[in-house]
Amino acid sequence: MTTGVAARARTIIPGFGLALGVTLTYLGLIILIPLAVLLVKGADAGAAKIWAELSSTRTLAAFRLSFGMAFVAALCNAIFGFLLAWVLVRYQFAGRRLIDAMIDLPFALPTAVAGISLAQLYTVHGWLGAPLAQAGITVAFTPLGVLVALVFVGLPFVVRTVQPVLEELDREVEEAAALLGAPRWHILRRVVIPPLLPAVMTGGTLAFARAIGEYGSVIFIAGNLPGYSEIVPLLIVIKLEQFDYQGATVIASTMLIASFILLLAINLLQAQMRRWQGG
Amino acid sequence: MVDTAQHARRAGQLLPLSERPSVRAALIAIAVAFFLSFLLLPLMVVFAEALRYGLAAYWAALSEPEAHAAMRLTLLTALIVVPINTVFGVAAAWAITKFSFTGKNLLITLIDVPFSVSPVIGGMVFVLLFGLQGVFGPWLAQHDIKIIFAVPGVIIATLFVTLPFVARELIPLMQKQGAEHEEAALMLGASGWQTFVRVTLPNIKWGLLYGVLLCNGRAIGEFGAVAVVSGHIIGLTNTMPLHVETLYNDFNFVAAFAVASLLVMMAFATLVLKTVLEARAAWKSPRRQ
Repeated sequence: MTTGVAARARTIIPGFGLALGVTLTYLGLIILIPLAVLLVKGADAGAAKIWAELSSTRTLAAFRLSFGMAFVAALCNAIFGFLLAWVLVRYQFAGRRLIDAMIDLPFALPTAVAGISLAQLYTVHGWLGAPLAQAGITVAFTPLGVLVALVFVGLPFVVRTVQPVLEELDREVEEAAALLGAPRWHILRRVVIPPLLPAVMTGGTLAFARAIGEYGSVIFIAGNLPGYSEIVPLLIVIKLEQFDYQGATVIASTMLIASFILLLAINLLQAQMRRWQGG
Repeated sequence: MVDTAQHARRAGQLLPLSERPSVRAALIAIAVAFFLSFLLLPLMVVFAEALRYGLAAYWAALSEPEAHAAMRLTLLTALIVVPINTVFGVAAAWAITKFSFTGKNLLITLIDVPFSVSPVIGGMVFVLLFGLQGVFGPWLAQHDIKIIFAVPGVIIATLFVTLPFVARELIPLMQKQGAEHEEAALMLGASGWQTFVRVTLPNIKWGLLYGVLLCNGRAIGEFGAVAVVSGHIIGLTNTMPLHVETLYNDFNFVAAFAVASLLVMMAFATLVLKTVLEARAAWKSPRRQ
């Protein structure tokens, strides 16, 4: 908001130099320098090595799986997240407050715990895996397992971005539309859903950004077969363990750039959300 | 003669102000089913597997010296990381919300970076800096300082991933509060420190606690970043989440889920306290992780 505007007339509040100094030093040491080193080392590899690394069958398969499944998971989260937010805000039913409080579980639960518990749940002998296996669906150790884990970790994003917007939504507009004789479905489609869409998009993008980098909850259920169910973050870890630092650096730099682009998209979406809510 | 109130009520029923009861019931059923299968069952599995061979086996698994070492390291990490990132969060929020300067939005975005970056990358950058082949690797080796595959690496990687929590709770809260209270206190003769402790701190305490709570939860549960730098040395550099992985990969399921059950209880305590804090503070911050 303040960028580009001349600094406010001198304030009497002290501590600007100290607070900003601490902030910039710490950010520099913990975030900026380490990430800059990653990008420099990635570029250091040279065009030929970068191309060879990124165009290898194994890397390409990992990128396809990570980005593809993250996209499908974000889509599932957008649909079910919207539905959950709707039900939690608009309806009264037993257990509503419990579900509301538990929505944040994937944020609070350590990813390794989520990982082993989902894996156990979906193996062919698991509580959900056994009935699914009878229906001919294998989840554990397939790309479907990756999807399940990513839907789990991304669930809170859409719910928590849509919920406050839905709570603030002016119901009088809906009533007016109803009084004017619009059927419920039209009201939803024309009056209720449009102002919620930026929130759904923002939440979905947040879930997507989280999903492409997710590691702990995925690796136990995925089976990690190279070229089939191996995600990009795991490929980075494997290359590090094999001391192929250059390969790991090239792939990680690519992921980092993708994350920055997504961060930019999220900021733009949130700015748009604020405009929607303000106007 | 039709009673007007009754008439109005009937009109209200005809007006489509909500979904039909059948649609309502179906939507609630889908939401509850999703909640059960995606949130409740994974929790129940942890306890079912941990207690599969009874309480004695559960207790024995938690009494292993390796498990205790993992708990100690996790506790140590949280005790170091949470205060550092709390001080940073308060300093960053103070600078950003009480003063005007150019580049503020860029600074806010930078603070958010660890949330958008894969935790694996969060650990890996420190391998590139402090590992044997890293930028400072030779110098560290000469001076016999070990960071990677040692406790300092675990702590630094956790600092990276938990950096934003306190700052991003405080910034919107303090932005809303403005600086008038502080300015009044200062004009009445309070010192800067007095103003912070007596005026600012009471104003932000619930938001601050909220941020500290989330920061602590993540510090205890972090896996990806720590997995890259720790080297999984059992009894030395294995945190609780890493110990869960080690046990699980050794097919020691009871022990893996027993340690995991402690982490579930931590997550549960976090959620309960979070709900309490949200109720306590009238404010609702834009929630995001």
